[in-house]
Amino acid sequence: MDIKDIIKPENKVYGKTPLLTDAVMHYCPGCTHGVVHKIIAEVIEEMGIQDKTIGISPVGCAVLAYNYLDIDWEQAAHGRAPALATATKRLNPDKYVFTYQGDGDLASIGAGEVMHACNRGENIVIIFINNAIYGMTGGQMAPTTLLGQVTATTPYGRNAELNGYPLKITELLAQLDGTCYVTRQSAQTPAAVRKTKKAIRKAFENSMMNKGTSFVEVVGTCNSGWKLSPVKANKWMEENMFPFYPLGDMKDR
Amino acid sequence: MAEKILMKGNEAVAHGAIRCGADGYFGYPITPQSEVMETLMEEKPWETTGMVVLQAESETASINMVYGGACTGKKVMTSSSSLGISLMAEGLSYLAGAELPCVVVNVMRGGPGLGTIQPGQADYFQAVKGGGHGDYKMIVLAPASAQDMYDFVDTAFELAFKYRTPAMILSDGVIGQMMEKVELRPIKPRRTNEQIIEQCGEWALTGKTADRKRNLITSLALDPNVMSAHNIELQKKYKTIMENEQQYTTYKTEDAEYLIVAYGSMSRIAESVVDTARENGIKLGVLRPITLFPYPEKALESLIPQLKKILVVEMSAGQMVEDVKLVVNGRVPVEFYGKCGGLIPSPDDVYEAFEKILK
Repeated sequence: MDIKDIIKPENKVYGKTPLLTDAVMHYCPGCTHGVVHKIIAEVIEEMGIQDKTIGISPVGCAVLAYNYLDIDWEQAAHGRAPALATATKRLNPDKYVFTYQGDGDLASIGAGEVMHACNRGENIVIIFINNAIYGMTGGQMAPTTLLGQVTATTPYGRNAELNGYPLKITELLAQLDGTCYVTRQSAQTPAAVRKTKKAIRKAFENSMMNKGTSFVEVVGTCNSGWKLSPVKANKWMEENMFPFYPLGDMKDR
Repeated sequence: MAEKILMKGNEAVAHGAIRCGADGYFGYPITPQSEVMETLMEEKPWETTGMVVLQAESETASINMVYGGACTGKKVMTSSSSLGISLMAEGLSYLAGAELPCVVVNVMRGGPGLGTIQPGQADYFQAVKGGGHGDYKMIVLAPASAQDMYDFVDTAFELAFKYRTPAMILSDGVIGQMMEKVELRPIKPRRTNEQIIEQCGEWALTGKTADRKRNLITSLALDPNVMSAHNIELQKKYKTIMENEQQYTTYKTEDAEYLIVAYGSMSRIAESVVDTARENGIKLGVLRPITLFPYPEKALESLIPQLKKILVVEMSAGQMVEDVKLVVNGRVPVEFYGKCGGLIPSPDDVYEAFEKILK
């Protein structure tokens, strides 16, 4: 049988959401960003809110997220996305406003902005991709880099005395009165993807209920930064990241 | 008769913002401009016009909130003083790069560093020549009275939206703290969402509907050819602004043989010095730039043939004087008098400096 005989409408089992553009993604093979982009696109499509959604992209690998989701986008300075989101949402309360940020952007240079946006209980969605490394700049130590983890700026492994400790910023944000939903998920298996999608949908729904900030961390991989194949990276994540960054809801009110 | 109320320059900014239909103010307390946000909070415009007012956690957050609001076509503004503006420099560069309209008020104090809470004019370079990174300009307006503080909020928004670029009101601690009568202009209602789409729909983030492509606000272009083309467009825009938007006032310049060039509070001092000089039979006049970018080159140029000497007076070590010298280009001697670090030149100080250049 030729492949052309298989490509028929009745054999179609899955279609890409039109919310994802046809632009070729710049992400490395195995990277978690592409999967999470698809999840967000599907949530926006299923909720029917394309015309009411404004995304805010960070500085880092996901700076070009705006090329892949067919919605209105603003591109923030490094770490400042929650400040942009604050004003965008307050001035446009009928819009679903979300930020998409990595660990260097959100937990290091942007720690102040995310802390205060969450503490004010801004009715926004914050999606936090934690792969424990700076990907875009070539694999340097991030605030979430694990102890012992080798990066370009911790060539002998992260050492607490020299570099301080990995930052559990999601746990910190869960303590704040302004957050209504704080969860940590992953996206390395179909089951994990389903859970993350459910979490992101809930976060979007919360943002119209005047309940406060919804924060979804997705623990992900950086194959290039970690210097591991996609399969090995997933295994390394499960064995090393999950024990330190346990998955599950921290807060849901 | 129009309503006139006694108020501080800073308070006038707040009233001017509410009454010109501003959509949002985001700020952080800093002396000598804190009355701007205090007045807004007291006035509670969110209950009347629907204007959003928010105290941010830092100047960095304030300017990025301005960015987030400006992305959606709203009339948004912030205010700060000197060192706070330094913290906003990154954001100002982003706003200029992304071609977003907004208004930023700088009520200058003396620097450098933490400096002093007393007035200064030492942020001229920062406002007019850049401050943030990259080749960009802001429209810069210099108020000289509480009335100007009120009126320039509207003017700055109009110019910012006309050219899709940040506009700065470069004031100083004297103008911010001084109390004067201010005439309240007729209220301009805030624009409706439909009006915003009509005015800014080509670029503003109003939600991607089926009838248009998605809008994107970014200052990033990884391809140097694209970035270069963007820079060329920006420079064209600045040139148009230079050609069309120079504003200034003159005082007794018709027959002047000598000229003081001064802006903001120093132009007020200069005018009283002119009166003293005229009593002594000396033909002195004042050119007061209202726009610092674009600099009123045409007005200065037209005065040069009649002048013997020019004195530039600033509350700085000499910053605007460089722009005066650029225009004059050696045709007339240009002298400078200034005080900095929070000291305010008195009319006597300036007159004495003027007498020295007469010799």
